Amino acid sequence: MSNRHTILLWGALRPHADGAFSISVEAATIRELFRILSEKYPGMEAHIKRGVAVSINGKIYRDQWDTALPQDAEIYLLPRVPGG
Amino acid sequence: MSIDSMTPDLVKKHFKVIGNRVRRPDGVDKVTGRARYGADYNLPGQLVALVLRSPHAHALIEKIDTSKAEKLAGVKAVITSKDLPDHTQGDRGLLDILENCMARKKALYDGHAVAAVAAIDAATARKALKLINVTYKILPHVTDVDEALKHGAPVIHDHVYTEGLSEKPTRPSNHCKYAEYGHGDVEAGFRDADVVISRSFKTEQTHQGYIEPHSVTASVSPDGTAEMFVCTQGHFVYRNQCAALLGLDANKLRVTASEIGGGFGGKTHIWAEPLALALSRKANRPVKLTMTRDEVFRATGPTSSTSVDVKIGAKKDGTITAAFAELRYHGGCFPGNWAELGAMTSFACYDLKNVKSVAKDAIVNRPKTAAYRAPSAPMAAFAVESVVDEVAKAIGMDPLDFRIKNAAKEGTKSSYGPVYGPIGIGPTLQAAKNHPHMKAPLGKNMGRGVACGFWFNFGGQTCVDVNIAADGTVTVAQGTIDVGGSRASIAMAVAEELGISYENVRSIVADTSSLGHNDMTDGSRGTFSSSMAAIFASRNAVKVLRERAAKMWEISIGEVEWKDGAAHAVGAHHGNRSPLSLKEIAAQAGTTGGPVAGHAEITADGAGVSFGTHIADVEVDLETGRSTVKRYTVIQDAGKALHPSYVEGQYQGGAAQGIGWALNEEYVYGKDGRLQNAGFLDYRIPVCSDLPMIDTQILEIANPHHPYGVRGVGETPIVPPLATLGIAVTNATGVRQTHIPMSPPRVLLSLMSKMK
Repeated sequence: MSNRHTILLWGALRPHADGAFSISVEAATIRELFRILSEKYPGMEAHIKRGVAVSINGKIYRDQWDTALPQDAEIYLLPRVPGG
Repeated sequence: MSIDSMTPDLVKKHFKVIGNRVRRPDGVDKVTGRARYGADYNLPGQLVALVLRSPHAHALIEKIDTSKAEKLAGVKAVITSKDLPDHTQGDRGLLDILENCMARKKALYDGHAVAAVAAIDAATARKALKLINVTYKILPHVTDVDEALKHGAPVIHDHVYTEGLSEKPTRPSNHCKYAEYGHGDVEAGFRDADVVISRSFKTEQTHQGYIEPHSVTASVSPDGTAEMFVCTQGHFVYRNQCAALLGLDANKLRVTASEIGGGFGGKTHIWAEPLALALSRKANRPVKLTMTRDEVFRATGPTSSTSVDVKIGAKKDGTITAAFAELRYHGGCFPGNWAELGAMTSFACYDLKNVKSVAKDAIVNRPKTAAYRAPSAPMAAFAVESVVDEVAKAIGMDPLDFRIKNAAKEGTKSSYGPVYGPIGIGPTLQAAKNHPHMKAPLGKNMGRGVACGFWFNFGGQTCVDVNIAADGTVTVAQGTIDVGGSRASIAMAVAEELGISYENVRSIVADTSSLGHNDMTDGSRGTFSSSMAAIFASRNAVKVLRERAAKMWEISIGEVEWKDGAAHAVGAHHGNRSPLSLKEIAAQAGTTGGPVAGHAEITADGAGVSFGTHIADVEVDLETGRSTVKRYTVIQDAGKALHPSYVEGQYQGGAAQGIGWALNEEYVYGKDGRLQNAGFLDYRIPVCSDLPMIDTQILEIANPHHPYGVRGVGETPIVPPLATLGIAVTNATGVRQTHIPMSPPRVLLSLMSKMK
């Protein structure tokens, strides 16, 4: 079974992927996704260090990097939101 | 610990303790004055610290001469930025925090700390401050967000280039960040519309207005260990940041959190704490630093002032065809992403085919912006909801029906990107439509407003210990600060899981040396994440209790069940045994394996987004422009209300703060860039006599990512009030209100413009 996913990018990440709205990445977990993004798109590394949240089918993960990326899921990268 | 492996159950539906309005554990101490707030901590031999602050909005610090102050009898230490060397190892965000705590080369706002003194008493410290001679070179300043973004504005930082553009700019500027959100083709959507309305809005800067000023008592020992007693929303985060800035190992700094007299986001940042630690280290004595109200206003973290343009188009049948917003927010004197948060939340309540939000974050000569309850969302909601109201009226549709028709639902692609799962905006709007408030008659010069709002919520790192004493009573230790009643709610969760009475559980906030890391109380996470960890810790304790009962009965654990606060032997061979209560098992703990405890360390993702709808009736005095709120109703989804009184308190508190923001509160800067109203006499927050009883309606749509269905509730209630009251005053006066706060002079001005 393939672990290839379409990853949707929020605006600030797009310049680091030649302006693309989405990219195709093969990864099993959020941790692997972030590692591959840092290797393939070096400009994203600073964002990941600062905090990137991952929306998987609408559920937002901020910290659980071991979370599996399910097949055919909508995976959206978002800034890590602060709170009051 | 993986949460999924610990949540095999469905959301629990039937409770014995949860949902009751039990007595709050901190109530007696708070009403009798026993509770210890930040300034109530004292250490033997402690010194008094005071801070010298810049009187200029923007100035080069050419020289600081502290020699006279150091020679004054009774002065034990004087510090400047030289005593706070840069340990940040290239972390620009951390360096910004350090620079905000103590100016380095430049003073960036009126009130920016430039030096600090520790002395034997306050009088000596005050005298010492007067003896410090600072030579400034005054620079041009800018305090308005739109002015700061203009070409030719004084550039505050030469290292800040606009982030988020496809090409890096060639020059530094105050425009620190650009971001876009949305989908579809907004231009095509506007062409399809029967009605298009555009408006521009402004909101002024407000402070969270917590009653307790910041206070810290710090003691650094010559052996390198340190202690700090502080009022904070996150003592672990304060510990980590202060240790990093002071060059200490985190474990050497033990932080105890005091009771908190309000925070609302303003106590998520460190301001004075590194100064107290540095003074203590230099003086070799404990140091207490308590801010005055003037300092709290001038030198902590208010919210952004904003400037927002909104354009919405709709068909006559009530379908929104396109929506656009440009949001300009400032982060004070350091880069932030406050406008970006506004852009993410601006249209989140709606199901839109074509939507675009553009964020422009700016830097100005004002104090560093901090979060304020659902940061950035209230200002965006004010602008968007006002235009939603106007478009509905333009097509002859009831604004609430217009919202219901366009409300986001499960499967909607949100305006910030992802597709929604189950969400609660529709039910809150429908509950508003059915609420008796909507049918109540209005008097003369009165108007009614309705608006909705959205916030994200989150969970985060959480650590909880459940310890069972030999007499069978229980202590639960949490590391997340109790801001809104989490001590009560986690004690209730522990009692529910163990099957014992609430009165047998004591709940405490442990210090940073007693538990693993806990994130701070923000993002409406306190009760959501701590109750989740408390439930898991209790379930682990129940497993231990079953093991101990099995030992006492000399049977296998598989033959022991836990029910109603006792172990029950089950099966044909042992089912007739009398149950063993928690108290009986605890009494034998020493002979069955030692103390009984349960622990949980989790990352609580899955908080779920939150929506609310508010209704307000306002009476406007047309001669003075004064607005009086006559009736106010908050409707919001809580998932499951563990303690309904606390949930209602959050709804009421958010609405009260929003009402103050909407009608009165405002930072007023002079042309010299100095804050003109740094006190509660001139910066007026609402008091009880200004407000009606705020009615609440709790909807309970279970969050599937929490064992009891809980959602965070603390922040969303502040999102709709600005818009709700803006629309109500508009309806009362017949003039669209576009500038918050709607203070009497501003409303009068709008009435006069109508007469022209």
